[in-house]
Amino acid sequence: MTTQRFLLKGGKVLGADTADLLISNGRIEAMSASITDESATVIDLKGSVVLPGLVDLHTHLREPGREDSETVASASRAGAKGGFTALSAMANTSPVADTAGVVEQVYRLGQEAGLVDVFPIGAVTQGLKGEQLSEIGAMADSVARVRVFSDDGNCVFDPLVMRRALEYIKKFDGVIAQHAQEPRLTVGSQMNEGVVSSKLGLKGWPAIAEEAIIARDVLLADHVQSRLHICHVTTAGGVEIIRWAKARGIQVTAEVTPHHLLLTDDLASSYDPVFKVNPPLRTERDVIALREALADGTIDIVATDHAPHTSETKDCEWAEASFGMIGLETALSIVTKTMVESGLLDWAGVAQRMSTAPASIGRYAHHGQQLVVGAPAHITVINPTKSWVVDRDLVLSKSRNTPYHGYELPGLVTHTFFAGQATMLDSKVIDKAVQ
Amino acid sequence: MSVALSAQDISRALTRISHEILEKNHGSSEITVLGIPTRGAHLAARIAAIMSSIEGKEIAHGTLDITLYRDDLRLRAPRAIMPTFIPPIGIQGRDVILIDDVLYSGRTIRAALDALGEVGRPRTVQLAVLVDRGHRQLPIRADFVGKNLPTSEKQSVRVSLTEIDGVDEVVIEGEAN
Amino acid sequence: MRHLLSINDLSATDAIGILDTATELARINDGQVKKLPTLRGRTIVNLFAEDSTRTRISFEAAAKRLSADVINFSAKGSSLSKGESLKDTAQTLQAMGADAVVIRHSASGAAQRLADLEWMSGSVINAGDGTHEHPSQALLDAFTIRKHLGKGASDLKGLRIAIVGDVLHSRVARSNVLLLSMLGADVVLVAPPTLLPVGVENWPATISYDFDSVIPNVDAIMMLRVQQERMSDLFFPNSREYSRYFGLNSERMSVMAKHAIVMHPGPMNRGLEIAADVADSARSVIVEQVTNGVNVRMAILYVLLAGGPLEVGSN
Repeated sequence: MTTQRFLLKGGKVLGADTADLLISNGRIEAMSASITDESATVIDLKGSVVLPGLVDLHTHLREPGREDSETVASASRAGAKGGFTALSAMANTSPVADTAGVVEQVYRLGQEAGLVDVFPIGAVTQGLKGEQLSEIGAMADSVARVRVFSDDGNCVFDPLVMRRALEYIKKFDGVIAQHAQEPRLTVGSQMNEGVVSSKLGLKGWPAIAEEAIIARDVLLADHVQSRLHICHVTTAGGVEIIRWAKARGIQVTAEVTPHHLLLTDDLASSYDPVFKVNPPLRTERDVIALREALADGTIDIVATDHAPHTSETKDCEWAEASFGMIGLETALSIVTKTMVESGLLDWAGVAQRMSTAPASIGRYAHHGQQLVVGAPAHITVINPTKSWVVDRDLVLSKSRNTPYHGYELPGLVTHTFFAGQATMLDSKVIDKAVQ
Repeated sequence: MSVALSAQDISRALTRISHEILEKNHGSSEITVLGIPTRGAHLAARIAAIMSSIEGKEIAHGTLDITLYRDDLRLRAPRAIMPTFIPPIGIQGRDVILIDDVLYSGRTIRAALDALGEVGRPRTVQLAVLVDRGHRQLPIRADFVGKNLPTSEKQSVRVSLTEIDGVDEVVIEGEAN
Repeated sequence: MRHLLSINDLSATDAIGILDTATELARINDGQVKKLPTLRGRTIVNLFAEDSTRTRISFEAAAKRLSADVINFSAKGSSLSKGESLKDTAQTLQAMGADAVVIRHSASGAAQRLADLEWMSGSVINAGDGTHEHPSQALLDAFTIRKHLGKGASDLKGLRIAIVGDVLHSRVARSNVLLLSMLGADVVLVAPPTLLPVGVENWPATISYDFDSVIPNVDAIMMLRVQQERMSDLFFPNSREYSRYFGLNSERMSVMAKHAIVMHPGPMNRGLEIAADVADSARSVIVEQVTNGVNVRMAILYVLLAGGPLEVGSN
């Protein structure tokens, strides 16, 4: 199949040197100061930044089971819109992704949509119940080649189960991605426990419910010499523990969501459940600690925890509402606002946090590679000089639960290339199904 | 702006009204005087005092706040409620003399009649006002009037009483046309 | 002021205005007049998604004394209990022409959601939302305190009030701390450490774990209801230990200041947080709080509904 040839002219690769890139047959065919090619479609990228395609290590695609809120296809479109070329499908679907059958189904759906690589994540325990290990080996050896295992949504709370899981995945070069939430300290919890929750009369979710599990699990990972990844870190205390663990050489990686880099718990004062999320929004002090940690590498990656919910589960009283925010389409803009504009991270750093490192943790061989001749053409282009206003009625996700409705955000993602195929041109997603 | 009634005019008017009330009602034994706050209440106290010195005995008097019975509540922000005090002898079967400072559209008096209806059933209700400025919107009339002041609707009548405003006078403000 | 969702919706002037209006209404009610025409033609809906007899009846009596029409919508046996959403319920009531909704709900923030989302027009009055606030209760408590201890002042400056019990789960405590301190009183919260929220240090009140040291120095003691379920949730070992340290019994009552009063929002757990003979003593204004509740709620309805387009900026 002959694919289109694209000539991307004048963009700043990793925000540094200006270069032209020629994309053909799924790869970067040429890259130099000035390229001419008659047969290629020319795209003017003056003023824009060229990044390797973004890789999300934490996405809820909801299919199978909750197709009313999102499908693999609609999430793929939302991902392409946000500049993503790879998504990781969390296992808390219905049925749970705890067998080779379900992960292969999700993998296949991703291929059919054809806009991003969908890498299924396998459940650590059967049914996410936290009791028996799921068929980790079968999932690892399946077509989906699962390497990341997570009960996200639930915490692997039993220390013995967590120990066994960490030990077992060593055979498969796997990593356990822990959702750190001590269940006994968060029964019925609604928002961060603190000054705001005491005023609002909403049951608190203490920081130590996260910190205690992180502390336990880094010690376990050290003891059994296995790979641990901490999902959505939200607390300054959690950051300190991870920093300590890394200093001791423990194999722990960590992620932060875009919303935890920006939003704080006082937003709950409106009782609008669009701000209700698990783990909850925390305080200004935590936001600052998370940004510094992402900058210095204590937190390795940004992952969206894109969590679509239908409107009836958000258009109600806080206590009734579901936890979660969508985030694929706004992620890079939020990182631009919180990390690049503040000078904490340069574009090379963004590429590392949002492409290279997540691909490495998930063992996604073709993603996150350096932008050099011969590399797969997974490319994201963002124009930092353009800003845009978020409109929840225009999102490509099937669900509209974004906390940023009405916000003006910096950085417009304009082009996404997935294996050399244009999935978005001029901020418009090109749906393979539509063609 | 012009002064329609001076302090002395007011004093003479109140004295005359007091005599007229006693004359029409053949004395004070069946009378309950109720002033409509704010200034009507002060006028009622004065009239009761004058009648008391004429008759040589106590006159039953009190106040009747009509805020909760107004028909124009929804047209502006909620107003504070003033005190209502019905004297112990009550109004049942008695001749109630309502006292107010200015009679204009008549709606205040209509509300006062409603308020009285909740309290009991007087034998008669009579109305005494310091000033009648015309422009009635309801079929209401005063039995005792201090002064008739023809005014245009563009003008306003301002009553000042020593108890509240430090001086006794009635002033008309604005142009007639 | 279109809604009353929280004490924060009121300025001190607004609150005193409500108390003064209630004072006058109380005198009218004590006299011969039992019904006023002020809200004739208005429809007030009591949307009680959480069980409550006393508050609902109080609002109903208040509305009827002002000649409003009252529609009661309670949780049991209603479509709400069968899973209809608050939103759909609200829109149905709107379609029926409600001028105001008095809402009690088990979810904190439910009243604000009803007001903000504008599922219906008209005023929203919070009659208790989860563990967040109960503004009309605080207003009737302030009214009661002012009546007994106010010495003619319009506010509560200089008065010392103790609020005792399960502060963590109490919407009555939250509203009272806000209102009493706004009116100039000093509030002390007395509770076991497990029943005080993290962040309470930021409230306009002092804290004490020692009830006995507080009792002689306050002008009013407001006891909060302690639910039996709190024991199984490990907030305290058992009711014996709770009563021993935090119950208002006769011995404790005997060291109260001579003029000091005992209050309780009800319903009481006689024998747990308050002894029967204390509840029935001469110091107790608990029954009077109920009467005051009707007058205060009449004042609230009057202030919110009687007027027309409202003055902006009274807050």
